[in-house]
Amino acid sequence: MSAAATTPTTPETGDLLYSDVEEDLRASVRALVEKQAPWDAVLRRTDTEDPVDTELWKRLTQEIGVAGLAVPEERGGAGASWREVAVVAEELGRAVAPVPFLGSVVATALLLGTGEDELLAAVAAGERTAALAVGATRGAGRPVPVTVERQGAGDLLQGTVTAVIDAVTADVLLVPVEGGVAVVEADGDGVTRTTVESLDMTRRLTDVTFDGAPARIVTGGDVAGADVDGALRIGAAILASEQLGLAERCLADTVSYLRTRHQFGRQLASYQALKHRLADLWVAITQARATARYAARCAADGSPDLPVATAVAAAHGAEVALLAAEDGLQLHGGIGFTWEHPAHLFLKRARADALVLGSADHHRTVLAELVDLPA
Amino acid sequence: MTTTDSPPDAPDASALARRVEEFLAEHDPTSTDPAQFLRERFAAGLAWVHYPAGLGGLGAENGLQAAVDAAFARAGAPENRPRLNVIGLGMAAPTILRFGDDEQKQRWLPSLWTGEDIWCQLFSEPGAGSDLAGVGTSAVWDGDAWVLNGQKVWTSMAHHARWGILLARTDPEAVKHRGLSYFVVDMTAPGVEVRGLRQITGEAEFNEVFLTDVRVPDDQRLGEVGQGWAVAQYTLMNERVAIGGGTLPRESGAVGPLAARWREHPEARTPGLHDRMLRLWVQTEAARLTAERLGQQQAAGQPGPEGSGVKITYARLNQECSSLELELQGEDGLRYPDYTERRPEVEDYGSRDAGWRYLRFRANSIEGGTSEILRNVVAERVLGLPAEARADKDVPWKDLPR
Repeated sequence: MSAAATTPTTPETGDLLYSDVEEDLRASVRALVEKQAPWDAVLRRTDTEDPVDTELWKRLTQEIGVAGLAVPEERGGAGASWREVAVVAEELGRAVAPVPFLGSVVATALLLGTGEDELLAAVAAGERTAALAVGATRGAGRPVPVTVERQGAGDLLQGTVTAVIDAVTADVLLVPVEGGVAVVEADGDGVTRTTVESLDMTRRLTDVTFDGAPARIVTGGDVAGADVDGALRIGAAILASEQLGLAERCLADTVSYLRTRHQFGRQLASYQALKHRLADLWVAITQARATARYAARCAADGSPDLPVATAVAAAHGAEVALLAAEDGLQLHGGIGFTWEHPAHLFLKRARADALVLGSADHHRTVLAELVDLPA
Repeated sequence: MTTTDSPPDAPDASALARRVEEFLAEHDPTSTDPAQFLRERFAAGLAWVHYPAGLGGLGAENGLQAAVDAAFARAGAPENRPRLNVIGLGMAAPTILRFGDDEQKQRWLPSLWTGEDIWCQLFSEPGAGSDLAGVGTSAVWDGDAWVLNGQKVWTSMAHHARWGILLARTDPEAVKHRGLSYFVVDMTAPGVEVRGLRQITGEAEFNEVFLTDVRVPDDQRLGEVGQGWAVAQYTLMNERVAIGGGTLPRESGAVGPLAARWREHPEARTPGLHDRMLRLWVQTEAARLTAERLGQQQAAGQPGPEGSGVKITYARLNQECSSLELELQGEDGLRYPDYTERRPEVEDYGSRDAGWRYLRFRANSIEGGTSEILRNVVAERVLGLPAEARADKDVPWKDLPR
């Protein structure tokens, strides 16, 4: 090809398969989630005042250790990697499990780059839950809305952050401020949390107002400074695996339904118009699996290609999950439009996920700069 | 794609490397006649090392071939016309190995591998494309030979070929899949007429082949009479894109020239085109990683069904990338290089004009299995959905409407 002079270099792909350890982890998570949070229980919870399944989260963190997978053993974690985290995200996405896993991933990614080892260990063990107080749609590189006032010996926070992920049951909020990150007790003085009626009923958002909330500011120091953009990027890389799991679930449910239901004296699954849509969806999902695995691999190995891998996985994963959820609902026909059917749980999660941590369009814009395809 | 188990005494990688080294010491590639060099290489079992001894191989593992080829290439050894003989090497050879008798293997495989004889495939007909088992070319036994009559189409390399693998109907009374037999046809035999078939690019890459009372001896039949469909399926199985273990380059394929043009022509950029550019880049990278992952699965001995989807995707990406590339050219996109009827040799798509690529890539979703048929394959074999309703089961071929 004539483009040789400007063609970007090709990074090493690395292992895109699932290891036996990862498959064992998947099986453990799936078994627990299927027992503890089948879809009808997830649906019932959305009508209650407790949108987060704290009991399931406790078991996931304490029995399986899902919050500490990416944390080194010497810092209180399991010493696995973001690859294993991604497998857990697939399973929780498949079940739209209402647990604060994504928030935990982002907070952990942030804490790993700080000297906050006590908090990191508590989060890894599931003893405390932390959330990064940024708006859900924020990709990397946006301004921070919270200011710090120096008052006597302490720092007080002032400002509002809307649509925070996984802050409903968080114990600690990590708040990006000018020059660092503030660590705030979530139910402390001067913090008001308002749970938002959220499009995605299984991951409800929180508006957080700080009005003179006492905080401890974490800046650089011996350990590298808090890297908010880096943490959000890890979050987006892992979110692609959640989207993969959700898309796989939608396809499986739809295939199963079309095999069961008969119209005009035939199985719905025998109609070519429907078969071809499912075939296209399956092809898209195989690609989402490859891009999500590559992003997780790059995150795990600290590959310099992580920004490209994340942008590709996030842009692609968002659209595949949305396609799976939307086509899944359509192919279920009328039953898919009812409250008592799970299709809307997946639709709402997929639609929200395509905005969370940067829309597909945002990630393509980021990519344009990374691979030298300017506007 | 032979999957015969390696014999216990088969050479491993280092033994093969040693044999290549010895061979090169005895046969200087710079001074030996190329055809002679290739014949000696075949005789030494270093042609396709996974083939049996005596047939160009040593019964080694399939995966060891790449290193052997690389070693010969480094030494400047002559090539065996791999691109011109892609059908011979990729499809005819494994079929001969699997279904041929000893005499047939010895007769055809050496000159096939060396590239002295080019092969073509005589399967599709004007009346049998996706429904290949409906072929109507007849083969009738006439005392001492089969007599073939019919028309084949989309035959690449027929104008270069010495031999062709052919699917013909030997029993029109049987249900269509059961009335077929598989032959090797001498393309120089009387009654074989090859005509160029002009396509939408203006060129004639492919051929029509007319067969009029072509006499084919019975020792040029592969497999049993009536077993032709099984033999043809084996041939087609080998057509599937083989994806190796190596890393595929980023921006390979049709997105490459598109991205290059994007970078070189800032004046052509608009927000709408930018969005399309980035979407195609993402989709191409996703397809690349999917192919990489498929290769890793195959290497790990867990072949997945992803291959069926790879061709659907590449066809679409080729089409959309070349279309956008043409659009980026503005007025120049309205000019076409040359519609003169020509017989192109092996195509280097990357060096061709965007307009030509746009037209040529329309065939990608038709040739080698239409995207519609491939979606059926995915739906039925991967997702386990019911097969299409069939009107041609349990009916003699001669009674089918056409």
